[in-house]
Amino acid sequence: MSRYLRPGSIDEAVGLLSTDAALRIVAGGTDVYPSLGEAAARAAFLDIVRIPGLRGITRENEAWRIGAATTWSDVVRAPLPAFFDGLKLAGREVGAIQIQNAGTLAGNVVNASPAADGTVALMALDARVEIAGSDGRRVMPLGDFVTGVRSVALKPGEIVTALLVPDRPAKSRSSFLKLGARRYLVISIAMVSAVVDLDDAGMIAEAGIAVGACSPVARRLPALEARLVGVPPAQAADVVLASDADVLSPIDDVRARAGYRRDAAITLVRRTLAACAEAAR
Amino acid sequence: MTSLSSRDTALVDAAEPRVGFTVDGKPHTLRVPPTARLSEVLREGLGIEGVKVGCDAGDCGACTVILDGEAVCACLVPAARCDGVEIVTVEGLAEAGRPGRLQEAFWRRGAAQCGICTPGMLTSAEALLRRTASPTRADVEEALAGVLCRCTGYAKIVDAVLDCAADATTAPAVGAEVGAAVGARIDRLDGRAKVMGTDAFGADAWPEGTLLVRVVRSPHHHAAFALGDLDAWRRANPGVVAVLTASDIPGRNIHGVIPPLADQPVFAERVARFRGEAVAAIVGERAAIRALDLATFPVTWSALAAVLTPDDARRPDAPLVHETRAGNVLVRGLVRRGDAEAALSDADVVVEGAYTTGFVEHAYIEPEAGFARRVGDRIEVFACTQAPHMDRDDLAAIMALPPDAVRIIPSAVGGGFGSKLDLSLQPFVALAAWVTGRPAGVVYTRPESMASTTKRHPSAITVRIGAKADGTLHAMRFEGTFNTGAYASWGPTVANRVPVHASGPYLVPHYEARTAAIHTHTVPAGAFRGFGVPQAAVAQETLLDELADALGFDRLDFRIRNALTNGAPTVTGQVFAQGVGIRACFEALVPHWRERRAAARAFNATAGGPLRRGVGVAGMWYGCGNTSMSNPSTIRAGLGPDGRLVLHQGAVDIGQGSNTVVAQIFADALGFPVGQVALVGADTDLTPDAGKTSASRQTFVTGAAALRSGAALRETLLLRLNAGPDARLSLDGTMLRADDGRRDSASLDLAGLEPDAHGFVFAAEETFDPPTSPLDANGQGEPYAAFGFGAHLAEVEVDVELGRVRVLALICAHDVGRAVNPTLIEGQIEGGSAQGLGLALMEEYIPGRTENLHDYLIPTVGDMPRVTSILVEEADAHGPFGAKGIGEQVLIPTAPAILNAIRDATGVLIRDLPATPGKVHAALAAARAAGARP
Repeated sequence: MSRYLRPGSIDEAVGLLSTDAALRIVAGGTDVYPSLGEAAARAAFLDIVRIPGLRGITRENEAWRIGAATTWSDVVRAPLPAFFDGLKLAGREVGAIQIQNAGTLAGNVVNASPAADGTVALMALDARVEIAGSDGRRVMPLGDFVTGVRSVALKPGEIVTALLVPDRPAKSRSSFLKLGARRYLVISIAMVSAVVDLDDAGMIAEAGIAVGACSPVARRLPALEARLVGVPPAQAADVVLASDADVLSPIDDVRARAGYRRDAAITLVRRTLAACAEAAR
Repeated sequence: MTSLSSRDTALVDAAEPRVGFTVDGKPHTLRVPPTARLSEVLREGLGIEGVKVGCDAGDCGACTVILDGEAVCACLVPAARCDGVEIVTVEGLAEAGRPGRLQEAFWRRGAAQCGICTPGMLTSAEALLRRTASPTRADVEEALAGVLCRCTGYAKIVDAVLDCAADATTAPAVGAEVGAAVGARIDRLDGRAKVMGTDAFGADAWPEGTLLVRVVRSPHHHAAFALGDLDAWRRANPGVVAVLTASDIPGRNIHGVIPPLADQPVFAERVARFRGEAVAAIVGERAAIRALDLATFPVTWSALAAVLTPDDARRPDAPLVHETRAGNVLVRGLVRRGDAEAALSDADVVVEGAYTTGFVEHAYIEPEAGFARRVGDRIEVFACTQAPHMDRDDLAAIMALPPDAVRIIPSAVGGGFGSKLDLSLQPFVALAAWVTGRPAGVVYTRPESMASTTKRHPSAITVRIGAKADGTLHAMRFEGTFNTGAYASWGPTVANRVPVHASGPYLVPHYEARTAAIHTHTVPAGAFRGFGVPQAAVAQETLLDELADALGFDRLDFRIRNALTNGAPTVTGQVFAQGVGIRACFEALVPHWRERRAAARAFNATAGGPLRRGVGVAGMWYGCGNTSMSNPSTIRAGLGPDGRLVLHQGAVDIGQGSNTVVAQIFADALGFPVGQVALVGADTDLTPDAGKTSASRQTFVTGAAALRSGAALRETLLLRLNAGPDARLSLDGTMLRADDGRRDSASLDLAGLEPDAHGFVFAAEETFDPPTSPLDANGQGEPYAAFGFGAHLAEVEVDVELGRVRVLALICAHDVGRAVNPTLIEGQIEGGSAQGLGLALMEEYIPGRTENLHDYLIPTVGDMPRVTSILVEEADAHGPFGAKGIGEQVLIPTAPAILNAIRDATGVLIRDLPATPGKVHAALAAARAAGARP
């Protein structure tokens, strides 16, 4: 028999999850229903969207806290510093408005699709994942949290409560580019998010670049990031090498072949950096 | 740690949670199944069937509602969550029972064709306008991007929304004077229900207590199977009323649209020949059926070796899909004129190419749906269909009933494009209702619809074309292999139509075209807008560009030189004395061609960066109606004693507009205002056979029958009133008047007259069957009474680093003979070219891998450019008021025009469709490696 549970607090949700392995957490519903299909009629849902404090974006100490029930539209409409522009661009490419109004960033991360637009943008921003379990709360880097295709480091009974994005200097710019076979409502062939922090001289002080849909889990490009330090943003795209794609492991699938993905990723990296430079002017 | 006792928490864990919410201003409180989707609860719990379901996955947006001010897919919202929310559906947009402003604008603009996506479009637009009163076109496109439409090409929808911006207005409705309905942009006569969300599609308006049917299907391409203990399984699943298999079929377990080749079982017996083939159907109470886990169904599968491509199917050791069809050949086609091989050897220039295309899915937003009920010893089926009388006859044989014991009531059809010509769900629901004695219905899931219903034929085509140095086409050889899947469906039609059309609309003196439809263990390929001709046109029209280039001719001028004319023989030797409008279509494009090519060259010369622009053209011809076969339409009309003027309009309107076009023709022939015509639809009990909605035949064939019916009724009325042929007829209540301006008007009170068996006091019933002649052994003869002609110009922008193609503009010239309703024709052009764009750039169905609308991509609003329609009217002698068909013509030239434009921009021609970014990128890399531009 299907069941529907709506806990009133995180503790309650954690308690239910640790005693009942059949429960599926539902927030936006945009992944849960399609993945269940007709089996939704036999499922057991743990609905978290009305848990107080779980929706919204707040600044806490040196980080921005995006609650687990925060939707893409919440982020797109929120007044946020410029370094969130890449995340907002990603949000506007997630499905279309119906999906953005319902789907959550945390859900996008936990669903662990290699083509998750949100994971790429958040990874570029060094986001961390806040997790609640019966032993309390823990925080881990996003790159460690997503462990593979449809696989994350959640233990039984645990729930993601927020995504934490470290604050960045005022002179920080970001962008996001997605490649698909049509304009909207499309699963990415490849996508790139980049953020660059500028020093007082206007040179790149720090860069974060993440590539999605070209490996089981989105990947940062650390070698490129290191080379970008000290480079003027307008020349950032020129620093990109084809070999920067060597950390990727794209596959052939119905959307594209691996070689194309590798090539396109590098093109997208260059263009995303150029867009950051444009935003920095 | 918080206590988990439900008493002191906010937990909801009732068997059926109770929710209270407001829908369209009305409060409701009801119990809902715990995990039910909001879409299901709105439709079934509250009867708000204006909320449509197209995919249950958030891919199509048809179920969009406004929830607390935000557009969301109701299929992704747990209903149990909705306590206290406010919901607006399409039904809440009406104002005092009349269409609201947006709805009126949609109706006026022709933004609703089939109407299945319309509710989602309307609610998405409403959500935008509530937030942004004066949106830009880009705002509108972004707001509508989450709703797929397969009919309109989106332009009229965007226009309609912009009409509702704060500073804009909706144009008033166009009236039509008596005798001037033909040619007028009148609102579609069936449009009100479509914009109000009240049109009843196959999943709507089921009787109370209708049982639900679920079909058990093969998960293998080819497999033997054995059914287990079905009775025990049924008993173990309370609520399951019956399990149906082949042994339950009273008549023959075979159906097919071409009776001599009918080969498709309702339920497979022992062996299933494609993934998605039905082996059993389960009938029961709705909740029980929904909760079933089909994995428990007692069937054991033994996968067998499968052939998935014609190449595999033609190997000597290949398993036969049907024992009786040697070499897995279903049928071959041939048209031969002159001596093509010899003529190719004396041509001055010969070009050749090999092309491939994949399965293409129709992707109508309405999955197959309907219900049946048993009425005594008759069975009635209410379902989506394009061919009610064909359904009736095939279903009668399956049910072992006489045809007149089967009644087909077509629902509103949420898109068809060819696939709803074949039976799909009808036998399942008919059998279920017959066996259980209760109404029984089914709504296919999206994956089920995609896996089990017909597709466009994958093709492998090789072509050689030769010309003389003076620019005259001289000879062509065409070889096309079509993957027809596991069953015949319309494979023979594709195999026969393609050789007739593969020359394109040109004079080709020496010609040989051979086709073969080959069986494989894949989903049946059947009818899809163009019956194989779009695939053939891709090869022929792209080679024409290479030929023109090799000869040094302008590509459009080369086509004009070789275009068919009145009096010139086609490749089947048919000579038309009139009505050949292809040259005029090409000539209409000439100024655009010059201007756009110059602009593209200028752009490429000055714009740095990765973007290159190009322009392409392609031509098309397409025969209206069946190929060398009788395909009559009959139209009955009459006046009742109550003064009601009734048109029995049996041409199923699947969105293309036959309800309106046929009535316009009839009204003008009769001499009454079209607004006075009451339509009776394509119910097989009520309305004579107007044939199938297929082959671009309804305007041409049924329209001609309506013309004759209107004229005959007029003659009867004039005779009875003793009035002259030019008299003006009118009805005032039951008083019929004729006024010829020369003497006092004659009048007659209909109320006093004795009605006939159909309830009419005056009636006419006329049939039109377009004159054709059989094709001989070489394919020579007169296959069609008329052809429609057209030519498209595409302007594209290619990102040469990513291989991504954006179509910037489509300019489409079509010879329609007579534009009966220009708005509806534009709708066909915009929607057909969207499907052509999809064929060119993104669409490929792969059995087992792209059975949903996020892996199978069709164009969204953001993929469509502005489409400019140019209507050429080269009247046809057989067509009503000169009109020709338009439904399929619109799709054929789009893909080759786009491919030619990509080649114009980059120098590379993609011969393996679709031209996805990856393929374009690879072709560009190969060209660079070979030292070519760019």
